Amino acid sequence: MTDEPQDNPADLTEYLSFRIGAQEYTVDIMSVREIRGWTEATPLPHAPEYVRGVINLRGTVLPIVDLAARLALPPDEGNDRSVVIVVQQNGETVGLLVDAVSDILTIARSDLQTPPDMAADNQHRFVSALIIEDDRMIRVLDLQSTLTTGETIAA
Amino acid sequence: MSDPMAEIKASFFLECEELLEQLQDGLNRFEEGDDDPETINEVFRAVHSIKGGAGAFSLTALVDFAHIFETSMDIVRSGEKTPSADDYKTFLHASDILCDLVVASRDETEVPKERIDGSVVTLRAFLGESGVTEEEDEVDPADFQPMGVSMDLPASTGLPDLPVLGGPPAPLGFPDPSPELPPADQSQNTNDTVDPENAPVAESADGNLPSDGINTFSIRFRPDPSLFTSGNEPLHLIKVLSGLGTAKINCVCDDLPPIDKLEGEESYLSWTIELSTSQAESSVREVFDFVEDLCELVIETDAFQSEQNIAPAPSTSERPPAPISPAPTALKSVAPSSAPVAPPVPQSAPSANSTSKPAAKAGANSKPAKVGGTVRVELDRVDRLVNLVGELVINQAMLSQSVIEAGIGSDQNVAAGLDEFMQLTRDIQDSVMAIRAQPVKSLFQRMGRIIREASSAVKKDVRFVTLGEATEVDKTVIERLADPLTHMIRNAVDHGLEDSEDRLANGKSKQGTVTLSASHKSGRVLIEISDDGAGINRPVVLRKATEKGLIAEGAQLTDPEIDNLLFLPGFSTAAEISNLSGRGVGMDVVRNAITALGGRISISSESGTGTTFTISLPLTLAVQDGMVIEVAGQTLVVPLNNIIETMTLSSENLREMGPATTVVQLRDQFVPLLDLAVELGFSSPRTSYDDCVALLISPEEDSMAAVVIDKIVEQRQVVIKGLQDSYGAISGIAAATILGDGQIALILDAGDVITNASGRTREILENPQLTGVTA
Repeated sequence: MTDEPQDNPADLTEYLSFRIGAQEYTVDIMSVREIRGWTEATPLPHAPEYVRGVINLRGTVLPIVDLAARLALPPDEGNDRSVVIVVQQNGETVGLLVDAVSDILTIARSDLQTPPDMAADNQHRFVSALIIEDDRMIRVLDLQSTLTTGETIAA
Repeated sequence: MSDPMAEIKASFFLECEELLEQLQDGLNRFEEGDDDPETINEVFRAVHSIKGGAGAFSLTALVDFAHIFETSMDIVRSGEKTPSADDYKTFLHASDILCDLVVASRDETEVPKERIDGSVVTLRAFLGESGVTEEEDEVDPADFQPMGVSMDLPASTGLPDLPVLGGPPAPLGFPDPSPELPPADQSQNTNDTVDPENAPVAESADGNLPSDGINTFSIRFRPDPSLFTSGNEPLHLIKVLSGLGTAKINCVCDDLPPIDKLEGEESYLSWTIELSTSQAESSVREVFDFVEDLCELVIETDAFQSEQNIAPAPSTSERPPAPISPAPTALKSVAPSSAPVAPPVPQSAPSANSTSKPAAKAGANSKPAKVGGTVRVELDRVDRLVNLVGELVINQAMLSQSVIEAGIGSDQNVAAGLDEFMQLTRDIQDSVMAIRAQPVKSLFQRMGRIIREASSAVKKDVRFVTLGEATEVDKTVIERLADPLTHMIRNAVDHGLEDSEDRLANGKSKQGTVTLSASHKSGRVLIEISDDGAGINRPVVLRKATEKGLIAEGAQLTDPEIDNLLFLPGFSTAAEISNLSGRGVGMDVVRNAITALGGRISISSESGTGTTFTISLPLTLAVQDGMVIEVAGQTLVVPLNNIIETMTLSSENLREMGPATTVVQLRDQFVPLLDLAVELGFSSPRTSYDDCVALLISPEEDSMAAVVIDKIVEQRQVVIKGLQDSYGAISGIAAATILGDGQIALILDAGDVITNASGRTREILENPQLTGVTA
């Protein structure tokens, strides 16, 4: 504990970064419950396109959100290498289907950049901040708006 | 929860719930003409226990009200006054207020004073007629102080023969014969005001009593340690005893060990009390009502020998069977340990006999309905158990599947063992569900109150009939039924029943009847709410629905269809919004609540004779028997109780009806055909239904459909996993379950599939304009 970096620890947040297609995203690691491999989901009738269905997470029913579909990125069929990140948001547990989990990043709050207020594309509202890491741009996913929107995945 | 007092308080409120239930139950039975004295005793005891407990927690408002209620009950109990029908209303109302007060005390809120006062006034009016003055109703707060186990009691009795009650040695008089231990006959009431100064003197205390003589009782009282641990206090009991007349109290300290051997939690002391009183023996026994099982108690009467008996009782030793022969004859038949006693003196024999009988009776009385013991368990723990059993069921299914996959034949031991395992799982599960099951009685009683309040609000005379109160339903269901039922009961009183004049004009009795019944029927629980009112006014319903744009102008609807319009959002037929119903909460909310419980609600009404709402609910919320089927590559479960039969379709029994509708001819009726894959949005309609497998489902009596599926897989018990929490409601799907292979399968909501079938109903429900109409 004592050999932590000397920066003010309150300003440092750990993020889990993952990949969807060619894009890199992160979520606050505190909202991540677990990471598991992709298993075939049971589709739900009348569900929005981005809801892949539900899977059995040790006896509980876990809805799976296909992040690529949710962010309107080119579809990438869930394959054996796809990964489900189980996140908890507002007491609800949801699985996010992504292509691969890459890293855990420790980011100082001052390094978070507000996304430029120009992007009109759909995914803009799902990105709360941007991070530059090794010249790559990593998007911080806004779980709140990803999981609760008009079409609402959680009633 | 760390505060022990808070825990005790919580259990007091739990007890109160039971007591209130008992109270209402008793009052209802009493009102129906049950004149068993035990009934009124039960009522009295319930109020009394609430008062006692409330006193211990200094809940003054509750104590005050319970006291006046109790006093009224006492008058009834003593037979001094026979309550009229109106008086029962008063009592029932008072029990409602008492209930409010209990809830308010628990939640630390307050009941509006005028509500309490209103009831107090009616109770006082009842009391007033019977000549009990208000002064005597005053509650002596001192009586309700929590009585801790006073530890200086044993200590101060280190010296033998010292009378324990600190005051003057022998006859102790206590001013108030204590409201918390009820006087058994009403003469006590007139005795209340006796000046404390005079009380010790038997003559003066008894001067104004009926001259049926003074009885002398020898009481031997030896508390068990459990008496102290259960929060009772001998001092308190002795106080009450002394209040009944003149008492000579002696503490027997012979068993008291030297101080270094003294066990703090042992009980070493016993008392002998010579009581001269005009009270009957039963009143003396009553003092010990609550501790009967917690002490050795011998009460002997000797009316003729009062003089001798009053002579100071010698210290009797009990445990060491010392050769000290206890002097008074009355004590002879005492404890088994006082063995070396001379043969019974003849005159004591009859008295011994006479005591044993009332004792038995009192014992029977104090626990009227107790059959076997009960344990209070937190619901959380039960739920955890239910969940675990659910896991067990799934696990068992997985295990069976693996056994099959491993190719082990059914003649192997493994298979036999597995069968047994399955049977056990089922038994465990039934037992666990039985823990959660509760009779609907408490729910129905709450509805009785709603009826009373509703009928007085709209000034209608309503009789409330309940049937099948013992029907057991899952606790969650009971809790979640309360709101919809309340709403429907109010509706029945407000809209269902006509005014008295109208009723008389239609040749009905002036009093309307609302019946609430519960029963089990083919794996489901049926709850019916019916009134004998005018029935649904269909022309008005139709007009309203048209006005509100819920149906097209000039639409032709059948009677049941019209009735079902009531369930549409934003529909309310009440001409004017009364104080009671019509707050914008319509029957659609009721239906949603019922549907959320996996239930159905239907309506049937006959003009002039009344309306009946029928709620059908699953017996348990956790497990269901289902048929596993396949549709468009997906595995689904159809609740078995929805399925009437399975069939194979052929061109002979299929009939086209319009461009997109097909019906199946089933013997002599036509049933709509639904393609499940289409209904659930899994695929587009198939071109031919020839040779397809179909299930004939009928979730309700009046709705039926043939559902086309791909394949029937098997029949099995499934554990219901709600989707509400994790995803939200899905049209056509009731819940999910986990199959033997670990995959999730959805459980079909057959009723929803039928009502939302691609047809007119769906259009009505999905018409976006309607969502804004909610009043």
